[in-house]
Amino acid sequence: MRIVVDLNRCQSYGQCVFAAPTVFRFHGEEALEYDYAPDDELRTQARRAAAACPVQAISIDYLDERPEVDDRRDREGERP
Amino acid sequence: MTSSRTAPSNNATNGRVVIVGASLAGLRAAETLREEGFTGHLTLIGDEPYEPYDRPPLSKAVLTGWLPADHTTLPRRRDIAAEWLLGVPAVALDLQNRQVGLADGRRVGFDRLLIATGTRARPWPDPKQAALDGVFTVRTRNDAAQLRAHLVAGPKRVLIIGGGFIGSEVASACRELGLAVTLVERSATPLAGALGQAAGTIAAKLQRQHGVDLRCNVTVMALEGDAQGKLRRAKLSDGDELDVDVAVVALGSIRNTEWLHGAGLAADARGVACDGACRAFDADGVVTDDIFVAGDVARWPHPLYGGEFLVVEHWSNAVEQAETAAHNMLAGPSTRRAHKYLPSFWSNQFGINIKLVGLPTIADTIVLTQGSVAERRAVAAYGYKGRIVAAITVNEPRWLPAYQALIKARAPFPPELHAADGPAELRPLPAGFPLPGQPTHSITLEATGPGPSTPEPPTDEKSTALMDPRVPLGAPPL
Repeated sequence: MRIVVDLNRCQSYGQCVFAAPTVFRFHGEEALEYDYAPDDELRTQARRAAAACPVQAISIDYLDERPEVDDRRDREGERP
Repeated sequence: MTSSRTAPSNNATNGRVVIVGASLAGLRAAETLREEGFTGHLTLIGDEPYEPYDRPPLSKAVLTGWLPADHTTLPRRRDIAAEWLLGVPAVALDLQNRQVGLADGRRVGFDRLLIATGTRARPWPDPKQAALDGVFTVRTRNDAAQLRAHLVAGPKRVLIIGGGFIGSEVASACRELGLAVTLVERSATPLAGALGQAAGTIAAKLQRQHGVDLRCNVTVMALEGDAQGKLRRAKLSDGDELDVDVAVVALGSIRNTEWLHGAGLAADARGVACDGACRAFDADGVVTDDIFVAGDVARWPHPLYGGEFLVVEHWSNAVEQAETAAHNMLAGPSTRRAHKYLPSFWSNQFGINIKLVGLPTIADTIVLTQGSVAERRAVAAYGYKGRIVAAITVNEPRWLPAYQALIKARAPFPPELHAADGPAELRPLPAGFPLPGQPTHSITLEATGPGPSTPEPPTDEKSTALMDPRVPLGAPPL
């Protein structure tokens, strides 16, 4: 998957770091770093991070934004 | 008589659009064209073999190793259904026949064209020395990957030439890797061109606290290699000779306009001149209808800057100008939009986050308005003739929007904020920006003359010496 953060808009609230700690990190107190191309298995986490951003600074590739049906079906399929 | 306000022509959403430059501005323009209903043929031309990627991490997380260089590809907002011509630069523009010529001899026809060719790193002036193994610039993904590989090998000392944003960020990454770093800056402080010497003095302190051997008012006179062509030594203007095996040349950028030479547009080393609607001017200063410009390569009259033509090498300028240009490519006279971008940028270095909004480079004065530098949390405002024109935050990004509103309102300077963390007494200082025409290593925002056809300043011995990074600024011109 692919993401980008508008770091002019970002105000370091850190919601993304809580939601997806392997994708986003603070380097120092306020300097956000992130992986533009996290593994596909982190897609749900990254989507949650984008939704949680108070200033909506995180954009996700349109292909990764499609409805969660595929993921959900996979996860639900694992349930007994 | 017919009305001059005509509806957008029926073929505005059709035909052939070519975008030269396949980086951030080119991609965002392509997305906006499709978003706003362009259904015709869309071609993106890029000199690098990669689809659009983001450059800011190349001087930071890629060098420290946290982010692989190829993990920087930009997401797409939508399907842009474009033809991609990557890895081949455009070398000519034929306005008469409406064709872009490519380096491999192909010619690509267009009805409307967007020029978004951006900039490249300014190389070390001596080509032989620049070609030594171990001498780098940092602009592309390949640059960053190769520099990273050399840093991992554990060089004895890294020499950084130029203390602008790229130079300072690379110094920060190298210190984080535990490498010995010497940064040579030609002016009195690092970041003087972008932030002024008052703020630059604080940046200098920060670099020294983090163990950078910072040498200001000093230049590198020569780089020397061994018999195998490997960088071994650097001669400095302070008389010192350093053993170094990696040197990073961070001397700012050159705008990619050579391919437009002789094409009949107002394009030269300063950029491609365009109007507020991003339409290119021709060489006579007449605005064109179907040639547009966006991003680092564009110079356009900024309403907040007295109509002076600005070039702004900022991420968000590339995005916004590309969106406006693409909108206007499909718009008619009544629906055209002006590009009124308020400059804003950020940098992360030595563990702190710096953000800036407004036009600092015109400022005469700076004043600390909140927090304290010693505590690494501070806000300062820049003033010009009694009005606030810019603000900078250090580890205080959440304050910036409030200052942005003051800047847009042209509020009085120094601003009266009554902030709880404000100083007992405001102490304005001279901001300390270089005089117009004086080169700096890092010009991310530059005024380039009052009109589209204003000729470039003539080059003489004095200006040539000023532009040569080896010549100390204090020395008389050669």
